[in-house]
Amino acid sequence: MSAETKASVASSAPTIADALASASRPPRANALSTSITFGWRALLKIKHVPEQLFDVTVFPVMMTLLFTYLFGGAIAGSTGEYIAYIAPGVLVQSVLFITMYTGSNLRTDIDRGVFDRFRSLPIWRPSPLVGMLLGDGVRFLVASLITAAVCLAIGWRPAGGVIGVLAGIALLLVFAFSLGWIWTFLSLILRTPQAIMGVAGFTLMPLLFGSNIFVDPATMPGWLQAWVSVNPVSDLVTAVRALMDGAPVGGELGIALAWSAGLVAVFGSLTMWRYRDPR
Amino acid sequence: MSDLVIETAGLTKIYGRQRAVDSIDLSVPRGGVHGFLGPNGAGKTTAIRMLSTLILPDEGSARVLGYDVVREADHVRSHVSLTGQFASVDEDLTGHENLRLLARLHGYRGTAAGERADQLLAAFGLDDAAGKQVKKFSGGMRRRIDIAASLVVTPELLFLDEPTTGLDPRARNEVWDIVRALVAHGTTVLLTTQYLDEADHLADRISVIDRGRIIAEGTSSELKASVGSGTLHVRVMHRADRARARDVLVRELGVPVEEAHDPQLLVAAIEDRGRVTRALTALEEERLELAQFALGQPTLDEVFLALTGHAADDADAEEAA
Repeated sequence: MSAETKASVASSAPTIADALASASRPPRANALSTSITFGWRALLKIKHVPEQLFDVTVFPVMMTLLFTYLFGGAIAGSTGEYIAYIAPGVLVQSVLFITMYTGSNLRTDIDRGVFDRFRSLPIWRPSPLVGMLLGDGVRFLVASLITAAVCLAIGWRPAGGVIGVLAGIALLLVFAFSLGWIWTFLSLILRTPQAIMGVAGFTLMPLLFGSNIFVDPATMPGWLQAWVSVNPVSDLVTAVRALMDGAPVGGELGIALAWSAGLVAVFGSLTMWRYRDPR
Repeated sequence: MSDLVIETAGLTKIYGRQRAVDSIDLSVPRGGVHGFLGPNGAGKTTAIRMLSTLILPDEGSARVLGYDVVREADHVRSHVSLTGQFASVDEDLTGHENLRLLARLHGYRGTAAGERADQLLAAFGLDDAAGKQVKKFSGGMRRRIDIAASLVVTPELLFLDEPTTGLDPRARNEVWDIVRALVAHGTTVLLTTQYLDEADHLADRISVIDRGRIIAEGTSSELKASVGSGTLHVRVMHRADRARARDVLVRELGVPVEEAHDPQLLVAAIEDRGRVTRALTALEEERLELAQFALGQPTLDEVFLALTGHAADDADAEEAA
């Protein structure tokens, strides 16, 4: 209220004219700088609404503990052995699962109208979306580190060491960034955050559970093995596992990166096509 | 350089089966305020969104500051600003953070972005609220930061979509002062409004929009003159007398007499002022008691009624997405 009463716009009309006149048009910001600026916005939002870190902290901890202790004895004989198998996979699962919040966050931005402002600016067109995904990358990194810490606390001893674990996380973040473009596209064609979460959850379930995250595919029926072997998440998990275990990395690394590039090419293009004229 | 800031030919946007904007031909000269006047759902917002490159036209073409809104959209964006009807800043961020964000996106680097934000906050009387999240702002402050956000780099043309909807009269006057300051500085403003008095006070020229079409265009006085030389307002003292009074007026004035929403009010567009005195005498002779008898310029409400056959506040159409 005090700000309201103190300010008299009638008397500030000349100062508005001053503010307009004093604005010299700076040179146009480049694509990298505007993308980073939007990433900065995402971090500011975390600062003001720290609750949005709830999903990236609580969810991975819950997943890790639940799967390790629920299945550990049955699948691997002991939780100690199972954690060695499941840790890289549960990392992948935690991060990929929370990527779907990207879609509902974008939809909220669109509905609030602030995206109209961004779309009306003379900037590199994808930068609001790229920046948003970069900001989400920070959230994914937080989730990865927390998951890794929980796994370490309950007995995970990766042979790849710190370097191997960080390399695995880096690969995971690249894939998560690429997967994010599916959700940005969904948020431009579906009208409510609920619908986006629904479709995203429906898409992620077979990708995450129909993979080699939890159990060795050798125990699965043939049709499921066929799905698991074409599922890019399996390649990603195999590559992350190899990096973290300090084992030789096979062709899966290339396949995971190729899928990432493909996702950006296809869903990035679809997203930018809808971005020009969204619903 | 053309001295028209906006030029459209057959501009159309279709949503489903509805022609939200239906073949609009518009020429807006540089300078001053051009008003888009119409009820909710008339297509004002859709038209503005096409002109500010937010959505693509389905038919027709539009040039803004000489640039095609489809093929040269990026040039258009460099020279226009938009203040949308709804929050056009990030509610979670503070006032200062919002303006700094936009300053950085416009190419201000390092501390220059923060300085530009400070400058604008001061100019708009928002320095005390700089560190407050925008969602905690009052309605009037919200509108001011929305407009300030459009002026980080001075635009040649500013789109203001219903800038005073939902504001109290004092905040509305503040927004009007801001618009006048902008115009004095040389920015052309295209303003949409469903408030007839707002168009009357601010706009140099007005396009009246109804159901996606422009149904009239001109200055406020021209629009009023097109309805007739004046309007007669008669309020009877007792509701029951209205029908009888209407018959008397129709007989004496020789023009149609409308029954307004107000159950005591009768309104007639007058062509011949000389007959008004006779009508008053006739009412007296019929012993019809009057509460009010006034002859004046028609209001824009009456203009709208005359042009469209329905009142401006009849929200019979849904605003298209």
